[in-house]
Amino acid sequence: MSEKENQLLVDKPLEFGGLSFKSRLLVGTGKYKDLEETGAAIETSGAEIVTVAIRRTNIGQNPDEPNLLDVISPEKYTLLPNTAGCFNAKDAVRTCKLARELLDGHDLVKLEVLGDQKTLYPNITETLVAARELIDDGFKVMVYTSDDPIVAKELEDMGCVAVMPLGSLIGSGMGICNPYNIRIILENANVPIIVDAGVGTASDAAIAMELGCDGVLMNTAIAAANNPVLMASAMKKAIEAGREACLAGRMPRKLYASASSPIGGTII
Amino acid sequence: MIEIHLNGEPKQVKAASISELLDELGLAGKRLAVEYNLEILPKSEHQETRLQPQDKVEIVHAIGGG
Repeated sequence: MSEKENQLLVDKPLEFGGLSFKSRLLVGTGKYKDLEETGAAIETSGAEIVTVAIRRTNIGQNPDEPNLLDVISPEKYTLLPNTAGCFNAKDAVRTCKLARELLDGHDLVKLEVLGDQKTLYPNITETLVAARELIDDGFKVMVYTSDDPIVAKELEDMGCVAVMPLGSLIGSGMGICNPYNIRIILENANVPIIVDAGVGTASDAAIAMELGCDGVLMNTAIAAANNPVLMASAMKKAIEAGREACLAGRMPRKLYASASSPIGGTII
Repeated sequence: MIEIHLNGEPKQVKAASISELLDELGLAGKRLAVEYNLEILPKSEHQETRLQPQDKVEIVHAIGGG
C-alpha cells in the first residue's frame, strides 16, 4: 500500500438532492422530556439533518409557549419535516405542502405513509402514489419504506433523493432485523440508503453503517434512553465507527483460529 | 361574528381576514402555515383573504417528531 493510501481515509460527504452533509446521523425531535433536552441531545449528536412533525396549532392555549423552531433553528439545521401520522397519500401530500409553506419554500421532506397504528409499517401502495405526486410538484423526497429491495429500487427510479428502509418497526428498538435485505438494497442503489427506524442502541447503528448504509435516522433510541444526551454522544461515535469499519473493510470470517503471534521462534 | 371550521372544530370568530384571525388567536408573527379550504395559503395572501362563513381553515406548526 502506498504511503498515500495508508493515510487515514477522509470520508466523502453524504450528498443528495444538491445538499451535502458531514454527519451521517439524522435525528428526530420527538419524545423528549422538554425542549431543553431536545436541544442538548441534538447538539451532542452532531446531526445536521433533524426531523420535525407538522401538527395543528392548539387554539386557545398559551401562544407564548416555546416553539420547537426556536431551539432547532432552521438556520442552523437542515429541517426534515415528516408526514408521520398520515395513513394515506392525500394526507401525506397535504402535510408536505403545509411544511413547505411553514418553512418558506423548503422542499426536502421525509415521506412516510403508515399502514396501521400497531406496527406503523409503511403502506407501500400509498407511499408510491404520494412519492410520485410530491416529486412531480418539485419536492425532494426522502422516503421511509420497508426493507423490500424491489420497492426500494422503484422509489429510487421514481426520483426519490434518498431511500430509507426500516431496520425494524418504528420505536421498537429491535435493531437491524434483516441485514441481508439491507445488503441487497445497497447493492442495487444509486441514491443514499439511510436506515430509518428500529435502532435501539449504539451497536445497532454501527451495524447499519458497517453494512454500507449511507446514514441512519433515529429518534426513540436517543430520546427514550435513560440519559438521552449521553446516548446521543454514543450514537455519534457508533455512526463514525461503523462508517470507518465499512470503509476499512473487515477481515473475512473464518471457522478456525489463526494465531496472531508468529509460530516461529518460540522457546519450546 | 361568523362561524368557520378551524382545525377541524367549529369556531365563532370576529376576524374578517386570515391576518385578523391570526391576530385574534394571538398567533400573529408565529412560525406557522395556513391551509384555506384545502389549499395552501401563502403568507403574502393572509391579508387579502376574506373569511366567509363555513370556511375551513387549518393552522399548523412544527413540533417534535421522528
